[in-house]
Amino acid sequence: MRKIKIIIEKCTGCEKCLPSCPFSAIRIENKKVRILDNCNLCGACIDACPFRAIVLEKEKIRVDLSSYRGVWIFAEQRKGEIMPVTYELLGVGRTLANDLGAELSVFLLGSHMKGKAEEFLNYDLEKIYLIEDPLLNSYRTDLYTQAIVDSVNLKRPEVILMGATSLGRDLAPRVATRLQTGLTADCTGLEIDKKERNLIQTRPALGGNIMARIISPRHRPQIATVRPKVMRRARPGHSKKGEIIEINPTFSQNNEAVKIITLIREEKETVDLQEAEIIVSGGRGLGKPENFSLIRKLADLLGGAVGASRAVVDAGWIQPYHQVGQTGKTVQPKLYIACGISGAIQHQVGMRTSEVIVAINKDPEAPIFNIATYGIVEDLHKFLPILIEKLEKKGKS
Amino acid sequence: MNTIVCIKQVPDTEELQKVKIDPQTNTLIREGVPGIINPFDENAIEEALRLKEKKGGNVTVLSMGPSQAEESLRKALAMGVDGAVLLSDRLFAGSDTLATSYTLAMAIKRIGPFDLILLGKQAIDGDTAQVGPGLAEWLNLPQVTYARKIEVNENKIRVERVLEDAFEVVESPLPALVTVTKDINEPRYPSLRGLLRAKAEKIPIWAAEDLPLDKRKIGLEGSPTQVVKIFIPKPPKRGEILSGEISQVVDKLILEIEKRRTI
Ligand SMILES: Cc1cc2nc3c(=O)[nH]c(=O)nc-3n(C[C@H](O)[C@H](O)[C@H](O)COP(=O)(O)OP(=O)(O)OC[C@H]3O[C@@H](n4cnc5c(N)ncnc54)[C@H](O)[C@@H]3O)c2cc1C
Ligand SMILES: Cc1cc2nc3c(=O)[nH]c(=O)nc-3n(C[C@H](O)[C@H](O)[C@H](O)COP(=O)(O)OP(=O)(O)OC[C@H]3O[C@@H](n4cnc5c(N)ncnc54)[C@H](O)[C@@H]3O)c2cc1C
Ligand code: SF4
Ligand code: SF4
Repeated sequence: MRKIKIIIEKCTGCEKCLPSCPFSAIRIENKKVRILDNCNLCGACIDACPFRAIVLEKEKIRVDLSSYRGVWIFAEQRKGEIMPVTYELLGVGRTLANDLGAELSVFLLGSHMKGKAEEFLNYDLEKIYLIEDPLLNSYRTDLYTQAIVDSVNLKRPEVILMGATSLGRDLAPRVATRLQTGLTADCTGLEIDKKERNLIQTRPALGGNIMARIISPRHRPQIATVRPKVMRRARPGHSKKGEIIEINPTFSQNNEAVKIITLIREEKETVDLQEAEIIVSGGRGLGKPENFSLIRKLADLLGGAVGASRAVVDAGWIQPYHQVGQTGKTVQPKLYIACGISGAIQHQVGMRTSEVIVAINKDPEAPIFNIATYGIVEDLHKFLPILIEKLEKKGKS
Repeated sequence: MNTIVCIKQVPDTEELQKVKIDPQTNTLIREGVPGIINPFDENAIEEALRLKEKKGGNVTVLSMGPSQAEESLRKALAMGVDGAVLLSDRLFAGSDTLATSYTLAMAIKRIGPFDLILLGKQAIDGDTAQVGPGLAEWLNLPQVTYARKIEVNENKIRVERVLEDAFEVVESPLPALVTVTKDINEPRYPSLRGLLRAKAEKIPIWAAEDLPLDKRKIGLEGSPTQVVKIFIPKPPKRGEILSGEISQVVDKLILEIEKRRTI
């Protein structure tokens, strides 16, 4: 482990090192420097001292990677309910752990979570780390970071997976930075290089226009956030071979906390377009603003969000918030249904990486058909009501 | 109220279609592609200016990137910020989010005291959203991500955060770091006066040796993650026309929709 050391004879008390410390961890006492407990071992002060009185001691230049073993899955809970992405992580985590010949564990933070921890016994895994404290009841960046970092330092997993949710993407970079290790964002593919025990992480970047394959060969643990709804869920129904291990976290100071005042659920109307899995979009082909009710209806039935072309936003048929395209939002849902949209290039750049694109347009020459997975050459005023009616019937039965 | 806004220069969306990859180094070829300020960072600049209009103080923008990122800083000056700093050095090249946030933290140390640090919620090219929380960690600050509204009262801020299916109101002491979404405001256009001023302004460029940093923590060497390969995803099969009787087509479509909805 790294250690910062003062060669006290060399220190002249010149104070040059003071401003160099990003953590205000240096104090001058009796004309000599003293390093406080909040020192982060960042090493910034070393070069600042003209007398070379500060040194960084390293027992080993490389971290001993072999002391890290096992795959850890973050069990994300909100209000005591486990988020679905957790089970997806357990699914892919099992494969990774098998390829590494290592244990699969889940770690769960909160208070009064024993019951939930026991439910994980039904899954194919080895350990459940239960990190409980009343302060961990609901998510707080600072305390969750501390509790996780301490547990990781104690148990040393080689891989940690977290959901790329708003919570996961708030927490994971803080944890990775404190651990001084690599973090790959929003992965859609994970594999193991068995020889080097590296996690090969694949992720989209540039709005899905390119894919990158990323490794962290010199650092452990290797941490990744994983995009929800990509990995196959693990199924319960396993013989109970797992074991629950309780870890009691300790917290040093927590005065600088961010406090949650309220949590407000919004109406569906403002489902974030960029988070939506299904988007139904309308364009000028709708004919008049009132016809957006067809789009809304269909989006509601499918549990999706409403999108729009710029033409109808400019015409004032719908709020700018809904606009997809170069000057609107870039979206990448599993299903994009374009109704009465011609598919101008400026619209395409905002939605062309959607997994499945359905286009409904009466003009067979419309450019949208070039990128549509399924094209339907029909009058939308005939087609949409039939589609809506059939979906409604299905919903009822 | 002193605010530092971190901005990244990114390729223009229309140009995203034409991004090229250097097969030797597996890095993106960016030369010649016109750069814009990352859209969310424009919102961050706008928010900083609005807070300044209400509370006084000054706004400094900070960017790490190649020398052409200076254009983006000039645009921020034209919008009305008080000062700009460019971090540019070959030694910074190849930084992942850990090295980027470290380098930005060291530069902020040098810029001096601040009350608030603002960033975009994510960059539209790297797309990681990791620099904000990483920077907060290096500076030991409370962080609030995904903001759509910020109010300052005394030494506190009250922020509305956008979550997947809800929003949350939180309160944080200052100094703090906040990342903002597009919903927070509508960025202003530079004024003519602003443009003229920005043109004349001298923007300091800091290299690695101008900062109190540990060289092992910057650039490629300071980056735990390594991009080993970049590739263009295979375009999914496109172009099938569903034809036939209208109600049959509806049934076919419903079948396809249902396939996508079950995982
Ligand atoms: C700088 C710039 C930025 C832009 N940014 C954006 C952007 O972000 N997003 C965006 O969307 N656009 C953007 N545009 C505008 C874009 O070029 C197009 O003008 C716009 O997308 C057209 O919208 P539309 O498809 O709804 O309308 P149209 O192009 O008029 O298409 C209407 C379509 O509906 C079909 N139709 C008509 N009646 C029916 C019917 N009864 N049943 C079925 N189909 C029917 C027609 O065949 C036609 O294809 C931008 C343009 C510029 C210059
Ligand atoms: C294809 C590809 C994939 C990558 N994947 C990863 C990965 O998984 N993990 C990883 O650690 N690195 C990754 N990187 C490297 C990463 O893109 C760079 O470190 C980049 O400098 C910052 O990350 P970002 O673009 O994702 O920014 P984000 O973290 O998304 O940016 C958030 C905010 O931080 C601020 N900001 C970001 N960069 C700068 C800057 N240079 N100057 C000033 N402010 C800035 C802006 O306010 C911005 O809105 C990847 C790079 C490429 C090309
Ligand atoms: S450590 Fe170096 S710079 Fe700091 S007081 Fe001692 S001699 Fe001066
Ligand atoms: S190593 Fe970093 S945190 Fe520790 S004393 Fe030096 S500058 Fe401060």
